[in-house]
Amino acid sequence: MGREQWQAALRNPVGAVAAGLLVVLAILAVVAPIVWGDAAEETDPAALSQGSTSEHVLGTDTLGRDILLRVLVATRYSLGLALLATAICVVAGVILGVLPAVLGRRAGRLVTAAVNLAVAFPGLLLALFFAVIFGVGARGAVLAIGLAGAPSFARLVQTNVAAVAGRDYVAAARVAGVGRFRLIARHLLPNIGEPLVVNATVMAGTALLSFAGLSFLGLGVQPPAYDWGRLLGEGLDRIYINPAAALAPGVAVIVAGLAFTLLGESIAQVVGVRAVRRRTVPEPAPQEAAVAEAEPDAVLAADDLRVAFPAPGGGWTHPVDGVRLTVRRGETVGIVGESGSGKSLTALAVAQLAPDAAHVTAQRLEVAGVAPLGRTGAEVRELLGTKVAMVFQDPMTSFNPSMRVGRQLAEVTRVHERQGRRAALARAVDRLRTVRVPAPERRAHQYPHEFSGGMRQRAMIAMGLMSTPELIIADEPTTALDVTVQRQVLRLLKDVQADTGAAVVLISHDIAVVAQLCERVVVMYAGRVVEEVPVERLGQAAHPYTRALLASVPDLATDRDRPLATIAGRPPDPADRPEGCAFAPRCEFADDACRVRPGLAAVAPDQRAACWHPRSQPLNLALDAVTGGQA
Amino acid sequence: MTAPVAAPPAPTRTRVPAWAGNPWAGFLLRRLGRLLVSLAVLVTLAFGMIHLIPGDPVRAALGVTAPPDLVDARREALGLNDPLGVQFVDYVRSLFSGDLGVSMTSGVPVSETIGQRLPATASLAVAAFVVVMLAAIPLGLAMAVLTRGGRRRSTELGFTSTSAVVTAIPEFLLAVGLVFVFGVTLGWFPVAGRSDAASYVLPVVALALGPALLMARIVRVEALAVMDEDFVRTARAKRLPPLRVYLRHVFPNALTSTLTIGGLLLSGMIVGTVLVENVFAWPGMGMTIVSSILAKDYPVVQGIVLVYGAAVLLMNLVVDVLLAVADPRSTIREG
Repeated sequence: MGREQWQAALRNPVGAVAAGLLVVLAILAVVAPIVWGDAAEETDPAALSQGSTSEHVLGTDTLGRDILLRVLVATRYSLGLALLATAICVVAGVILGVLPAVLGRRAGRLVTAAVNLAVAFPGLLLALFFAVIFGVGARGAVLAIGLAGAPSFARLVQTNVAAVAGRDYVAAARVAGVGRFRLIARHLLPNIGEPLVVNATVMAGTALLSFAGLSFLGLGVQPPAYDWGRLLGEGLDRIYINPAAALAPGVAVIVAGLAFTLLGESIAQVVGVRAVRRRTVPEPAPQEAAVAEAEPDAVLAADDLRVAFPAPGGGWTHPVDGVRLTVRRGETVGIVGESGSGKSLTALAVAQLAPDAAHVTAQRLEVAGVAPLGRTGAEVRELLGTKVAMVFQDPMTSFNPSMRVGRQLAEVTRVHERQGRRAALARAVDRLRTVRVPAPERRAHQYPHEFSGGMRQRAMIAMGLMSTPELIIADEPTTALDVTVQRQVLRLLKDVQADTGAAVVLISHDIAVVAQLCERVVVMYAGRVVEEVPVERLGQAAHPYTRALLASVPDLATDRDRPLATIAGRPPDPADRPEGCAFAPRCEFADDACRVRPGLAAVAPDQRAACWHPRSQPLNLALDAVTGGQA
Repeated sequence: MTAPVAAPPAPTRTRVPAWAGNPWAGFLLRRLGRLLVSLAVLVTLAFGMIHLIPGDPVRAALGVTAPPDLVDARREALGLNDPLGVQFVDYVRSLFSGDLGVSMTSGVPVSETIGQRLPATASLAVAAFVVVMLAAIPLGLAMAVLTRGGRRRSTELGFTSTSAVVTAIPEFLLAVGLVFVFGVTLGWFPVAGRSDAASYVLPVVALALGPALLMARIVRVEALAVMDEDFVRTARAKRLPPLRVYLRHVFPNALTSTLTIGGLLLSGMIVGTVLVENVFAWPGMGMTIVSSILAKDYPVVQGIVLVYGAAVLLMNLVVDVLLAVADPRSTIREG
């Protein structure tokens, strides 16, 4: 626990208040018995069991002693006993916790098992058990609470030790012949100190509360000594006469207990301090170009699509920064780019599935004839309905693990077409058959984890086919699959596209995959479209980035003696993009002109590139996929 | 077709011995074995308790003024003069016949006392648990929905800090506060004893409030984690109504940890009744064990510790089995 972390914990308002309270309590614990110790013992036969009076603000007890003074004086005893119990708990816990690391394997396992068994029992039960053994009284209660808390503390130490024990420097120390005890004292304990300090602080609060509980039950501090729990128990009997006699010690216990607990928790939180951010709206982007005229048969038309996220340091970052994308009815378009280029987020934003924190804007966005921006969620659901089908990257995580596959498919029909359970399930089975899932009746009744990856991805496609989508967005549908399964899924997508006439947007980082399936390729870099090119013109790609992507695809003709072609450098962070062309820092053709951001401009019929220096020399592509892609 | 066939229904077959072709059988046997070991340890501890007490427990119970022959007679009656091994065998044997011994102060069989007191405690614990579940799950889910994706920071902060503070207040102090507000000041509910339904209100609230808020926090955190999962995005891609997404896709998958915590809470609440019973003069086992500890009536204490301990162990078993039902993949396969 470094000094900075303590300071950070104290800067947190909760931590500061808790620490302040503890300081006040500590002063009280020292001062109160000295100043008021005798006065609190003073009996006043004239004022037995009184309520609040000017002389006794919180009233008196059955012997006429002042409640307020007794509560103040009891601070020392209550805190002292709680800290003592905490000390016992920490020492016993640490010993039990490191024993498995010191003892041999078998003895260590025995200790672990014993701790696990003890942890299963609530602390109070253990405390009662020990209270019987150690006898009623302050000493017995301290031992009981300390030992009752030891197992859970030991569990904590064990987990932390186990986490540290595997690290390299511990292994190194072991190899160097450092003895067991030295290993623990010098290498293990110092490195788990932080969580232990936090938990010991919280433990002190718990011990204080438990001790009050035991004293309240009459099992802790015995008269004539008194602590808060004892005062509470005595006061409760007369709560109708003088509620303050019960409430004052109760409040004292709660305040002290909370002070410890909250201090511990605010220390624990310091590590992951969360900046509070406000939900504001990012400033509108400068209007760049006039909105292009809509193509009449477009199933997807996006202009200047931007997706903004609040940045950690304030302001906004734009992972998608002004994308223009048009997909015609029945067309197959591939979006390619490195990870982080914004291609998946573009797809999610188009489908109105961007994460909650994202802010989506566009000059124009029309999906399947619907302009979803600015509409409520319910309207979007109503209008879009089943017109857009999604196929996600990871089929392993994209199905609800606790629901049968058939029901997950049938749900679409039941909700959107209000079909009965039976009819919906029948259609689910039919669609599973369509995507060539064997034994679809049986499969529909299975859970997702009983499906293989490829099978799940086909089921995901089947889910999209539960009604007739106009647009299928497949976001890296084959990335998580084996190569052989990849081909099947791609072929299935192609078949589905041919059968239904739906437009397909295929997102991939693999330009070869896109080339196999698509008619047109959209290349994205750093949140923008850098090139749009028909797949048969890939050989004449104009943008240096597109060319670099193509060059990095290995094929059978690749010279194995030469290193695989890569693109030097990495894509810029969305928060820190260069002013001009984002690819310029990695581009061998970049010059001063590239300090100004290029717009998409036609370089050939149907081909546009955002580059000041478009290449015109044909590439020598031996891509199997490209030549065979049109088949 | 090269796609692999789905895994067979019993994927653990290779790791479990032949007698357990069914993974459930293996899991249950293993779990029952653990329960038996725990119970054996519990019985040993309960037996050992009386021997771990420093000095002569009978002398301590009867007081220093008791005549030596009375002490000796009582020792003889309790079997304390026999060798330790014989005593243990006798103890276990009588346990199996339902005999928990006889109270040293009243002479009433311990099993009879427990039989009288157990229903009061059990009804309190069960009522409180039901309240926790009914309150915590909707509250936690609602909070998760309201504060998802960093929305409504102030609501989130208010909820988390309120629940953190209330959770940190032990049930017996809450009970005292409730007695003051609703019993003494407002006079709405009785503050002591067990009679009609109204007498349950304050003890149940005192017992349930903290655990309910703790549980609601856990449900919220779990639900938020599930909301970030891919399959929730899939559900949204299906344009399902939000309520359906939350109830059918989010909640069932947040259930596992909810159950785990729920079980821990329940075993904590069983023992939490001890304090609450003493605040409300509730005629249950908690009152009895405290008065027995004070009176050094060790056979009664032994018996009640056994009952509490066994209840906790059984509860842990039930939770483990429920967890296995809720998430068959993880629980059954392990260990």
